[in-house]
Amino acid sequence: MSDEFVLDDIVEAGDGWIGEIPAGTLLRITDLHGNQAVDTLFYDALDYANRYSAMDTIREQGAVYLTTGSVLMTVNCDPLATIVADTCGRHDTLGGACSQESNVVRYGRHTRHQHSCRTTFVRKAKEWGRGLEKRDIAHNINFFMNVPVTEDGGLTFEDGVSAPGKYVELRAERDLLMLVSNCPQLNNPCNGYDPTAIRITGRRP
Amino acid sequence: MTGYSIEVPGGAAESLRLRRHRTLTLRTLGPDANVAMLIYALDDPAERLNVPDTLKAQMSAHIKPPMTLMSDMGRALASVTASSLDWHDAITGHSLPAAVERRFGPSSYAADRNDWRRSARFGLLTELWKHGLGARDLHANINFFTKIAPAGDERGTLAFVPGHASEGDYVTLRAEIDLLIVLSTAPHPLEPAEAWTPAGVRLEIAEGPAPAADDPSRNWRAETARSLELAERSYA
Ligand SMILES: [Zn+2]
Repeated sequence: MSDEFVLDDIVEAGDGWIGEIPAGTLLRITDLHGNQAVDTLFYDALDYANRYSAMDTIREQGAVYLTTGSVLMTVNCDPLATIVADTCGRHDTLGGACSQESNVVRYGRHTRHQHSCRTTFVRKAKEWGRGLEKRDIAHNINFFMNVPVTEDGGLTFEDGVSAPGKYVELRAERDLLMLVSNCPQLNNPCNGYDPTAIRITGRRP
Repeated sequence: MTGYSIEVPGGAAESLRLRRHRTLTLRTLGPDANVAMLIYALDDPAERLNVPDTLKAQMSAHIKPPMTLMSDMGRALASVTASSLDWHDAITGHSLPAAVERRFGPSSYAADRNDWRRSARFGLLTELWKHGLGARDLHANINFFTKIAPAGDERGTLAFVPGHASEGDYVTLRAEIDLLIVLSTAPHPLEPAEAWTPAGVRLEIAEGPAPAADDPSRNWRAETARSLELAERSYA
């Protein structure tokens, strides 16, 4: 991959992004308007089966949430990226992505035709090609999303940790493929009931 | 024949088909058992257990009765109809070959014959490959009989709870569609035991009735009921 890698893209609400991120890149995702969930998947650019694994990441760091110092692990416990800066303070590993089907389960049949993250994930994966398909869409990170896990084992989607301009910065530990859905969910507080644009920037340190 | 029972020793792996409305009871044969389980729709394994969807729809970070185990397509794959334990882990994955070797030392068939230490990943992949599936089909597994407790702090710190399961503990699942189930009885990767002494489980498969109108899963949460309804529609 190129030595002069520069990335600066705005991803509108409900849109997606897919592309390669060279090892060593400092990748920043900015919540431009606040309270916007950014559903994100990472893959080893040379082997898509060696992909981000929420559960291996959680177990290896002994904690549920992601923040500065968290190492995102693959399904083989290879490091994909390290969070090196975080002005939000907490990111979700357990909420997964919204889908048309899970919306029906959670909110009822009237939500069946609303736009969803998994629609974006599969569409972007198929556009990218190279064999990526639904079975490669594993459990994603939700940057800027607040899903507290309580001592008694409860789990809820809540509002209120992100704000306009908050960002998370990651260092790519290997050549990556990144797949993003800027979440269009309207039925819970994860986007403040008003999905908005995000910015993705990447640079060589 | 409408039912059978088999024993799976500790540290082994197994796969089975479970027809709709049959029940599968896992019963531990020793202390500190762990059963890492993957679940697929038999007619289309691209549809599989989705732990995040299961947890967020039922607002629980662990598995317990009368939750349903939901697929990525919103269908209830199975209902957890009974258990002697109120907590089964679903958020810490399973053991990898390198981690097992780091912790317990090298082991091979040549040196240890059939007592060689095979990680959960080794066993799950071995079984997945038999069904035309593989590494890309791994999804977040449930760890039956294991409890990893959240501290409720800023980081969401987790801690393995020793002694959570003892011999004779059980959990019963009722298939809500035809399933392919893949499981491993290797120890949980966070289990602190010094030695490799995984407990086995007995799998009891029985004919069960369809969930009635007063079924506990149907009457627990609206989300749980809707997942059962979506499963039933595929047979309507
Ligand atoms: Zn979403």
